[in-house]
Amino acid sequence: MATIELMNVEKKFGSSYAVKPMNMTIHSGEFVVLLGPSGCGKTTTLRMISGLEAVTDGQILFDGKDVTWLHPSDRDIAFVFQFFALYSHMTARENIAFPLQAQGEPRDSIRKRVEEVAKMLRIEHLMNARPGGLSGGDQQRVALARALVRRPAAFLMDEPLGALDAEFRESMRAEIKRLHIEQNATTVYVTHDQIEAMAMGDRVVVMSAAVVQQNGTPAEVYHDPANLFVAKFIGSPGMNLIQGHYADGKVALPGDNHYTVPADWYTAIHETIGRDGDIILGFRPEAAHISASGPIATTVYTTDLHGSYTMLHLELNRDTIVDVRAGRGTNYPIGTPARFDLDPAMVRFFDPKTEAAIHKGGNP
Amino acid sequence: MGTRASAPRAPATISTRVDKVGLRPKVTRAIRAFVVVILTVLILLPVVWMVMTSLKSPSDVVAVPPKIIFEPSIESFIFLVTERVQFPTRQEADEFRARDDLKWYEEKVAERGQKITRVGDFPKQLRNSFIIAGTSTIFSVLFGVLSAYAFSRFRIPGEGDLLFFILSTRMLPPVAVTIPIFLMYRELGLDNTYFGLILLYTTFNLSFSVWLLKGFIDEIPKEYEEAALVDGYTRLQAFRKVVLPQAVTGIAATTVFCFIFAWNEYAFAAMLTSDATRTAPPSIPSIQGVGRIEWETIAAASLVFLMPVVIVTFALRKHLLRGVTFGAIRKG
Amino acid sequence: MSSITLQNITKRFGEKTALNDLSLTIQDQEFFVLLGPTGAGKTTTLRVIAGLEKQDTGDVLFDGTSMTGAVPAERDVAFVFQQYSLYPNMSVFDNLAFPLRSPLRKLPKGEIERRVKTAAETLRITHLLARKTAKLSGGEMQRVSIGRAIVREPRVYLMDEPLSNLDAKLREALRIELVHLQKTQGSTTVFVTHDQIEALTMAQRIAVLDEGHILQIGTPHEIYDAPATTFVATLVGTPRINLMQASRQDGRIFVKDSSVRLPPPTGIDLPADFLLGVRPEDVRPTNSGEFSGKVALTEPLGVETIVHIRSGENILTSLVPGITPISVGEEVRFDIVRERLHYFHPTGKRIVAASV
Repeated sequence: MATIELMNVEKKFGSSYAVKPMNMTIHSGEFVVLLGPSGCGKTTTLRMISGLEAVTDGQILFDGKDVTWLHPSDRDIAFVFQFFALYSHMTARENIAFPLQAQGEPRDSIRKRVEEVAKMLRIEHLMNARPGGLSGGDQQRVALARALVRRPAAFLMDEPLGALDAEFRESMRAEIKRLHIEQNATTVYVTHDQIEAMAMGDRVVVMSAAVVQQNGTPAEVYHDPANLFVAKFIGSPGMNLIQGHYADGKVALPGDNHYTVPADWYTAIHETIGRDGDIILGFRPEAAHISASGPIATTVYTTDLHGSYTMLHLELNRDTIVDVRAGRGTNYPIGTPARFDLDPAMVRFFDPKTEAAIHKGGNP
Repeated sequence: MGTRASAPRAPATISTRVDKVGLRPKVTRAIRAFVVVILTVLILLPVVWMVMTSLKSPSDVVAVPPKIIFEPSIESFIFLVTERVQFPTRQEADEFRARDDLKWYEEKVAERGQKITRVGDFPKQLRNSFIIAGTSTIFSVLFGVLSAYAFSRFRIPGEGDLLFFILSTRMLPPVAVTIPIFLMYRELGLDNTYFGLILLYTTFNLSFSVWLLKGFIDEIPKEYEEAALVDGYTRLQAFRKVVLPQAVTGIAATTVFCFIFAWNEYAFAAMLTSDATRTAPPSIPSIQGVGRIEWETIAAASLVFLMPVVIVTFALRKHLLRGVTFGAIRKG
Repeated sequence: MSSITLQNITKRFGEKTALNDLSLTIQDQEFFVLLGPTGAGKTTTLRVIAGLEKQDTGDVLFDGTSMTGAVPAERDVAFVFQQYSLYPNMSVFDNLAFPLRSPLRKLPKGEIERRVKTAAETLRITHLLARKTAKLSGGEMQRVSIGRAIVREPRVYLMDEPLSNLDAKLREALRIELVHLQKTQGSTTVFVTHDQIEALTMAQRIAVLDEGHILQIGTPHEIYDAPATTFVATLVGTPRINLMQASRQDGRIFVKDSSVRLPPPTGIDLPADFLLGVRPEDVRPTNSGEFSGKVALTEPLGVETIVHIRSGENILTSLVPGITPISVGEEVRFDIVRERLHYFHPTGKRIVAASV
């Protein structure tokens, strides 16, 4: 399995950047997810790694070897597309065998490997069917099998679950991840779905506007987002972000509320925005607890019942609504007052000018 | 285009840098421009020749070798709108020219030894063309849009067969039915009437306009009208306020196509009209000169005749282009 | 606002039966959701209520009065479509005013302006009023569509998957606003969706449809806690409910291909073979757990983590709060919350307690 390095890789279409110069190392055996909204450059990045798209500048290394100008077929990669890209005139078996035949493998070996991979993906019973007769999930299983059978140095997957129904997506997600655990193959996976990215990635690379916003583990991007974009994009719903004004260890919030900042934040805040300045307070819905003595007073805007919990939407004032997660069965009528407190360990702060997170340990 | 992936595999060297490949778009662009220029010249040459001829004096028209540079004259246009006679003798002509109450155009004509007797037939024929082509276009589009809407929105029994029947009327070349229609029209007294030709052109265009417009209306989601229905409008009001404004592109394209057909139609016009209702197309080739074939007059007639189509097409070009690429043609 | 009653509605399209003898009552001021997969008949039901589609048999009643024979305009309903209902050739203002200018209403100019302004403010689209609708984003367009429904002050709101063309974040935001709007206005709303989260979070009551039949009608908690069939159980809840083949032997419940053994429930007569359903949040890893298994996979979603636990041949999904330190390959012990188990006949029908 290969280590993939991107060194100052960039892509321009005309004069506009699809991907601004980026550096990234994907270690051997790692599952890295490129995550971002459409048009952020994630697919272009993947296509440059595959060689389907030429870089405008920079270098791509596989295991230290420069492959920047190698043809896709010489890079020893397998690419899984969103729309399966199966050959409709061939059976599943022939589709899976196809890449091996192209490599001139002996027949016996082809048969053995196709059977192995079919067993792994539990599609043995579908081997004689043509793609047209298969469900979306099964088609994507065959496409995965076709990628796996090659034992390539790396798997590149471009939203492989994007075309599937919600019910298939959940189970296929687990299946791909399990395969990865068994095979330990270097995988680069592109998606716009943050749930998929969190669930699958060893690391998540969040991209927006052709720039990498953050590169970290799921826990890092969830709990310590690098900036407002990541904070909002990750999580369902995203992080609550409230405009406030910091002074004397307190943040003045909309609706005449004040939040006392935990003392361990003072140094970092003073270093970035000073002793008196605008600040953004961020917290996840589960970091808030409804409590009669809580410092932040709100009125209930609406409540959502989910199967196993309730999401409260609370209004600080007309323009500021925050999401607070509460136990199942909590139900407040619209318009009733509610106060909440925050778990001090889960509070985050952002500089509204740079939109970057303020780091407790000082800014790197 | 031009990136590593879509290029065929290079046999010897692997590296195909983008900056090397980058030269190719320039070359392609040059070739493309060259082809476009050649085609434009080929297509425009007859038109340019026609314009040139119409501006030449009678002697320049027949000059050998043809004159590329000449002194422009508008005599041909005067010839076009007038009926003239040749003075029998040189002397009479000179006497006529010597008079000082001549209008400028009479003077021009007199230089050729001719005298204007009355206004020519061409203006009247042009007017006939306008009346017939215009009215039939209005009818074709009006009926077309109504039936296309019905075909598109309602479940009509035998819809497929009906649509095919409508289309099948287009399969016969019009010329093939000229004789029977001529006989029918003569029996019914429809020959040599405006109504006869309008009816005929509308019939021919309707099949085309129904098919074209159905394509456009099919693409307007029916939710738009349903929303209006729920909001308290009747079907006809919804059609007028919601469907029509969105079908403008299709209607414009259909209008142009129908107008061009009716305006240019030759065979029926030649067969079914004479004097009073004669349209321009059959009369242009039969323009008789005075004592010779007046090529410049024929060229001028063709030019004038071409203008309405050019103007209409130019005015609606935005819709036309979108119409051709988005509407019926994409859907087939 | 009105109550709506559907009585034995059947609707066929050619050979296909879209709605099969469907009856239900939607209370005045209720937020009622029709939930089901594509082709279940949800949209047809909505269109029959609106009068855009005519039922073959049965009756539609508004406040007890039959609406059969009334054209859409006469029913005074507002319909919000999934897409495509804004007129691209009109400004946002004109789109909002369009229903008020209909010949049925013909409101005076001042009244139209007042209503449009109020609706625009409620939906925070005042700044868009002069804009042409083609220039709006997806979220803005759908706000305008909803605005066009609320200016009408109709008897009933009918909404056909109005959020499904929007991206996840926008969908969440609009969902909250729709619920707020409905609750504060006290309007009767029938909302069609295939998204179970939308159904659970928005509805006062849900009807689950499949192939033209109603499978279950109930509050979100009733649907979630006591699904009438395995179809409903798997449709509602993410991650999906664990459904396992089980059998009753020697007074105990044996789960097939698994080491899980459970005492039988009291008050429920179980057949020899049945299906056992366990919601993922009811599988709880704990050091003192009764059962053990090996972690096959973890999926950290942020607020919670899905842990796949292999027990025998069977894989159970478990939902634990936060990003868990449990790692793949680890042996874990876990408990199953007894009170929240679901039992189904092999045919899929829920087995209910004899006494209830």
